[in-house]
Amino acid sequence: MKTETRPATGGQTSGKRPVGRTRASGGAAFALAVVLPPRFTPERVRNDRRYRTLDKYRFIVGFLALPLAFYAVFVISPFLQAIYYSFTDWAGGATANFVGFDNYVKMWNDERFWASLQSSLLLLVVVPLVTLALGIFFAYMITAGGRHRRGQAVSGVAGSSLYKIVYFFPQVLSIALIAVVWQQVYSSRSGLLNGLLGSVGLEGLEQRWLGGDYKLALFSTMAVIAWSFVGFYVVLFSAAMGAIPKDIYEAALLDGAGRAATFFRVTLPLIWDTVRTGWIYMGIQALDAFAVVLIMVPPHALKVTPVYLYERFREGQFGYATAIGVVLLVLSMVFTLIVMRIGRRDQIEY
Amino acid sequence: MSAEPMPTDALTDRAQESAAPSPPAAGGEVRSGPGRAESGVLNVFSHAFLIAWVVMAAGPLIWVALTAFRPTADFLNDPMGLPTTLHWQNFAHAWTEAKIGRYAFNSVIILAGSLTGTMLLGSMAAYVIARFTFPGNRFVFLLFAGGMMFPVILALIPLFTIMDNMSLLDTRPGLIIAYIAYSLPFTTFFLTSFFRTLPSGVQEAAMIDGASHTRTFFQVMMPMAKPGLVSIGIFNFLGQWNQYLLPLLLNNEDENNYVLPQGLAALTVSQGYAGDWGALFAGLTIAMVPVLVVYAVFQRQVQAGLTAGALK
Repeated sequence: MKTETRPATGGQTSGKRPVGRTRASGGAAFALAVVLPPRFTPERVRNDRRYRTLDKYRFIVGFLALPLAFYAVFVISPFLQAIYYSFTDWAGGATANFVGFDNYVKMWNDERFWASLQSSLLLLVVVPLVTLALGIFFAYMITAGGRHRRGQAVSGVAGSSLYKIVYFFPQVLSIALIAVVWQQVYSSRSGLLNGLLGSVGLEGLEQRWLGGDYKLALFSTMAVIAWSFVGFYVVLFSAAMGAIPKDIYEAALLDGAGRAATFFRVTLPLIWDTVRTGWIYMGIQALDAFAVVLIMVPPHALKVTPVYLYERFREGQFGYATAIGVVLLVLSMVFTLIVMRIGRRDQIEY
Repeated sequence: MSAEPMPTDALTDRAQESAAPSPPAAGGEVRSGPGRAESGVLNVFSHAFLIAWVVMAAGPLIWVALTAFRPTADFLNDPMGLPTTLHWQNFAHAWTEAKIGRYAFNSVIILAGSLTGTMLLGSMAAYVIARFTFPGNRFVFLLFAGGMMFPVILALIPLFTIMDNMSLLDTRPGLIIAYIAYSLPFTTFFLTSFFRTLPSGVQEAAMIDGASHTRTFFQVMMPMAKPGLVSIGIFNFLGQWNQYLLPLLLNNEDENNYVLPQGLAALTVSQGYAGDWGALFAGLTIAMVPVLVVYAVFQRQVQAGLTAGALK
């Protein structure tokens, strides 16, 4: 249906003669046709070629109007406003005075902001590495860890889809639910973790996992985020590994490559694009970490930047909070660029 | 069928086999090369690791479900114990006093509106972008695609005031609209590439037969796009069902209007104060089990739907 590209001119310009059988009888019939359904449009007008253009554009506008309106009002405009408000002293009222970079200067001198940013940056760096490494490891175990049958160069383990089903569990659950579950697991008095340690005689290792030490709370948070995403990456990477043709593995086998060499020289380079995309996605998820930290961790133990932003919003410091949001946006963009840069390799087609 | 290795393997393995003891299993063989490992051993090895993560992934969830059947006093004495009798009272408490039933109902109402709206508006926009040429086509596409890059938390505060000004704050329509608007970028992006892959002949045939554009879309193109619609539909269903940030911002006034994730987050506070830990675990179980069961039934489509985003 990509036939006509002529812009809608209303069909009334004198220079363009209608090619249809009848000469259009002027503007009235056409103006009417804009609002009439095709069924009630006179035959004479419908057979006019200009009518097809009109019909097409009427359809395009009709179908795009509502989605675009929703999107513009509730998504685009808030983003643009946020950037503007980050340069104002807006406190939620009717007035917002332009204050230049005051909010950013304030942020620069705000120790609590830096403390939250430190936690967020650590999450951004550590969580993707751990999660992706575990995801790749288990995916490789699933696709290539199997017993060899009838001369296959690689074979999946038995029950691979069962593993994937269970690994994927956390992905279908709400992050709020995960946060509450892990809050109970970590609970120092009646939690699963301390209970397990106690029952195997390691009472000495029992901890206040969330409420005490900052480092321990950060570590516990990292573990929960990684836990909830590993299954996603196992499914993603094992799909990517499954798409690698078997004859490439056979060739590697003939050349005498062992498992480690096969993995690092064949599998990993061939799924690298997926790994890089997953890395960026995981980084953005880890930088967010809003719900997990807000629900699970007591506020005094650990704060990440999005939670710090949310608290400023609840206090009514709207201008300052949006400025923090802009910093988060810049941070996620910089992270994306860095990963794209260090992860760049030649495309391998297969 | 015999378990004889095929010639290629025979070639590479023959040299090793004389030196190494025979692997226990029939199909097992010895690999040559620097990383030589016996496949039978490796197989056991990989199963051991894989099962370890099964325990890690499912363990906390199973613990929650088991604890839900134990009286609170028992649980506080020994958090690790197994249920001795089925203490259904926890579930009754969770359903009525902790209002899990009410929150689930709210979620269903919101989802009924938001999922329908998302799928309808998303596929309408995607269809027009994918199948029609018009000035600004590329711009509209990039506008939607670009929306996926921005962290929602940045838009939070202006969104709050926009909703407030339109009297949509703390209302169901407001929340539904917000879900739709924030699901549109990815939905449109995904479905655009999907509609592009559909053959154009069918569409032309429908038009020649006299179907209007609208009718062609609903009666010809939508049914053809079903696999794509299912994938993105599952993606949006889970995303909206589990959404926490938007309701926290836009639906925070009356506790009776909470959606399920908000209700679960509130559980720790309310049941923690009441000391009714049994109801907390029962509430988590009620929220968790239906989703997991539905997922287990449709696991292939769910996995495809959720990973589709990262593969694009």
